[in-house]
Amino acid sequence: MKVAVCVNHVPDTETKIKVGPDNLTIDRTGVTYMLSPYDEIAVEEALRIRDKWKGEVVVLSLGGDVHKETLRKTLAMGADRAVLLKDDAPRDSFAVATGLAQELKGLTPDVILFGKQSIDYDDAQVGTLVAEMLGLPSVAVVVKMEIQEGTVTCEREIEGGREVVETRLPAVFLAQKGLNEPRYPSLKGIMAAKSKPIEEKPAAAAEIRVETLRLRKPPAKNPGRIVGTDKTAVTELIRLLHEEAKLI
Amino acid sequence: MKFLAFAELRDQKLKKSSLETVRAARGLADQLGAEFAALVIGRGVEGATQELGNYGATRVIEVDHPDLARHSNTAFAKVIAAIATAEGAQVVFLPASQMGKDLAPRVAVKLGAGLAADCVALTVQNGELIATRPVYAGKALVDVTIKTPTKVFTLRPNVFTATMIPGSAIVEKKTVPLESGDFGAVVKDVKVGSGRPDVTEADIIVSGGRGLKAPENFHLIEELADVLGAAVGASRAVVDAGWRPHDEQVGQTGKTVSPTLYVACGISGAVQHLAGMSSSRYIVAVNKDKDAPIFQVADYGIVGDVLEILPELSAQLRKALGK
Repeated sequence: MKVAVCVNHVPDTETKIKVGPDNLTIDRTGVTYMLSPYDEIAVEEALRIRDKWKGEVVVLSLGGDVHKETLRKTLAMGADRAVLLKDDAPRDSFAVATGLAQELKGLTPDVILFGKQSIDYDDAQVGTLVAEMLGLPSVAVVVKMEIQEGTVTCEREIEGGREVVETRLPAVFLAQKGLNEPRYPSLKGIMAAKSKPIEEKPAAAAEIRVETLRLRKPPAKNPGRIVGTDKTAVTELIRLLHEEAKLI
Repeated sequence: MKFLAFAELRDQKLKKSSLETVRAARGLADQLGAEFAALVIGRGVEGATQELGNYGATRVIEVDHPDLARHSNTAFAKVIAAIATAEGAQVVFLPASQMGKDLAPRVAVKLGAGLAADCVALTVQNGELIATRPVYAGKALVDVTIKTPTKVFTLRPNVFTATMIPGSAIVEKKTVPLESGDFGAVVKDVKVGSGRPDVTEADIIVSGGRGLKAPENFHLIEELADVLGAAVGASRAVVDAGWRPHDEQVGQTGKTVSPTLYVACGISGAVQHLAGMSSSRYIVAVNKDKDAPIFQVADYGIVGDVLEILPELSAQLRKALGK
């Protein structure tokens, strides 16, 4: 079974976002980057599928040279090889999906995994765009996945419950937290990753369909007030919620 | 110009996020002088569509098909794109619900359109639609414009207001031929969760963190949630510790929420948690540590032990609300 995983290199969740001087992108000073957490879950699932069904795990990322750091991590987790689709210019989700779809077309994987969204732009569209571009079925927000011969049964999260979804392979799956517990790379894995190949090639050119006009901070919230310091404050809190906020 | 808004049904009922989407689309159509129709897809959809007449849809297109009783992203996307093309719609709106998010990318590819996802504001500037969407879990916002002639927008639930405009809708039934190959992934069953509202749709969320001290104390959160008819939320710390299911997690690696009232109990307010909930209209925080970052965003705070405050709050609210 050939399993492809598409991953992104994103600012750490602890990052305090500052707007850059161009008012279009973030100020990267002092920002540390990480494998996007949902993509990490996708990598883990890919490794489990390979270990059960044999075959290989190929990890793809589209971006600048810095993405190699994240690709190296996935190799340390146990992926077999990686492909960096190089492009330093900013792309929207459509242009990223176009580049990935072009590469995946030649790769013909049985299973294609993504995280349910990349935690930078939170667009949650690249995986499903790729599926549609390749004419493949897709299941998003997957919390459970079981492969039988040629078919897959998934559970996907919806509001207030789960859908049990059945599909055939090849197909695209978007991993949600809960699908698995990603492993930490072992020392052996980290050493082995150093000799695993990262193939570099230019990403296929693509048009941008959504243009960013401005990146800005949300309006600051005014600090509120401390109502009290023990349970006698509860009566006052309820009064405020009722009379001032008019919520109850 | 023509606008089309997709309205989602769950168990034959229109979802609130769809009423919000239809109402917002109608408002924008009026501003740009566009014609507007809503689209409902499913099996046995008649009962639901009239309600859309009260939210700005004077025309509702119904596509009724026996195989569309349950969600299938490929089939639904095909129907939406076919209707949008037949209508000559330049702008298609969908709710950014789990279903809408599953459909919009496919619809966009089929229509050769750009997609602005999870918008929290849509404005008209010089005759153009400008969308505002949160990025980095709400730590920043971007204003975007779609450059393609056809445009697709998804609207975040719980942000746009579904103000009623009493009226009635003319219903038009249409068919779109579907083959077995159009059903790539098919929903076989739906498992219902706790029965409490989902954090992404709830008006009120009561959320708990490490301050609860042990998983068995979370019943205090559930009791307050039930008094208020609220959803139960959780911090990453307690989800990662296995105290709570991941679908309750609020924050950058969980859900980004915008309820009317968010009650944070025993949550210190890590950057990634604050990102996910600070767009709530009112925030109440209960925390032992007076220096906890959560108090920086809270409208009302109580410095105290959640294990003492919560039972008192539930008891007094129960009395005040006559429950």
